[in-house]
Amino acid sequence: MNSTAVAPRDTGVLVVGACQAGIQLACSLREYGYTAPITVVGAERHAPYQRPPLSKTLLHAETSPDAIALRSEAFYADHGIRLVLGERIIRVDRGDGGAGVAYAHSGRSFAFDRLALTVGARPRRLPVPGADLAGVHYLRDADDALALRAALAEAVDVLVIGGGFIGLEVAASARGLGCEVTVALADDRLLERAVGVPTSEFFLDAHIRRGVRVRLGAPPVRLLDDGHGRVRGAELPDGSVLTADLVVVGIGAVPRTELAEQLGLTVDNGIVVNEYGLASDGTTVAAGDCVACPPPVDLPDGPARIRFESVNTAIEQAKTAAALLADRPVPYWAVPWFWSDQYDLKLQVAGLSTGHDRYVVRGEPDTEKFAVLYYRGGHLVAGDFVNRPADFLAVRSALAVGRTIPPEAATDTTVPLKKLIADDPRQAVA
Amino acid sequence: MPKVTYVSDAGEVRVVDGLVGDSVMQTAVRNGVPGITGECGGVLSCATCHVFVDEADLDRLEPVSGLEDEMLDGTVVDRCPNSRLSCQIKLSEELGDLRVTTPEAQE
Repeated sequence: MNSTAVAPRDTGVLVVGACQAGIQLACSLREYGYTAPITVVGAERHAPYQRPPLSKTLLHAETSPDAIALRSEAFYADHGIRLVLGERIIRVDRGDGGAGVAYAHSGRSFAFDRLALTVGARPRRLPVPGADLAGVHYLRDADDALALRAALAEAVDVLVIGGGFIGLEVAASARGLGCEVTVALADDRLLERAVGVPTSEFFLDAHIRRGVRVRLGAPPVRLLDDGHGRVRGAELPDGSVLTADLVVVGIGAVPRTELAEQLGLTVDNGIVVNEYGLASDGTTVAAGDCVACPPPVDLPDGPARIRFESVNTAIEQAKTAAALLADRPVPYWAVPWFWSDQYDLKLQVAGLSTGHDRYVVRGEPDTEKFAVLYYRGGHLVAGDFVNRPADFLAVRSALAVGRTIPPEAATDTTVPLKKLIADDPRQAVA
Repeated sequence: MPKVTYVSDAGEVRVVDGLVGDSVMQTAVRNGVPGITGECGGVLSCATCHVFVDEADLDRLEPVSGLEDEMLDGTVVDRCPNSRLSCQIKLSEELGDLRVTTPEAQE
């Protein structure tokens, strides 16, 4: 291979990663008037698909990855988006000005004028003895989901390691399939990074009510072999043993930064980009789970950069990066939101509750229909919503335009939150 | 094959061949019909696939569920009597062709 290859100037954009962010980036480029070639290269054999159903419907319904495809084949053809599947890019060579050639594992090469990295994240591996036994599953892509669905159909005792969205959604699906389910995690509360304490406590109770055993602060220290190379259970820090014939590990994801590192881009828990989605070399753009970006909302005293793993963020960051490549730069500034479906519980979260100093609970958590609104310095900053979709939409709308909801009034569930949206007096002063 | 006619807020008409089992939202998103976002993929989480269903088609649809009803109260463009979330309208041979109008904004 020629390590100094420089591409001709009519090769357009190469998007590495045929995922939610990658496909959005390609689609938005066309929407914003970009006319040069667009090539999207993905490592998986499936046409680009939605990821959220993998831990939900795809586990308990006879659905195929085709049914959750993001776009039709005709769409890509009609929009001049060349989709290359089953090719993993392992190396990129560049000359001056950002143009270069990307090489796939197979030896195929792809020339480009501008490079977009939407390479996502890989599951964090369980760092304990026995983690490579048969019967230990991870869930990140469609093939993982199909393998897990097949395994769940045979499973009796399921151990889920991790108490985040993947873990709890798998626990809910497994319980729905009639399995005995235990969730064991290192943290002392569920969904620790995603929601506030009242919502964590609610989900703990809700899972227990549905027959799931939950072991907080109890990360397995060893997985046990049944003597034939298959998992038969796990040992907890206190020496107790949980029996399991299927283990699902959901302890977070690690951004795929190898290509960025090889290109010499700044990496710090993700490919570091600015508010326009631009990496440190001033030419590569990046979006989605692989990216660490400035917070897209005011976050006084908060971190300088944040890495999100959500559909909404993948879409918004991809639009931002596409806008930059199409010479219509607009900074990424949007209220993040995400959701989770577990059993008949719909959780929706709007905004970032990081650093909140007050919260109010609207409704009774025991009724499985309630909301928690978070305030910081008198500003409404976020909300968690369980089976209260209208409240979620009201808060998302209020946050999007910098308005607030008076905390005292919010606790009256007879008044729709939509009617309580008011100007934020503190922001008016500012 | 059921056809879905999408009419934009500005009056532009686009007719798409749908697949039985797909929703009106999926059909729009997969074929790049503007005016429907469908960010959550069709699980009643985002309310960005709001449409106004043609009066002639309205009575043939399955009724609005409790969750959809609540979501419709929060759409960006206020709901009308013929408002639906298009992710909840599944195409079938029995239902036949449909005509919907997309609102001025979804987000």
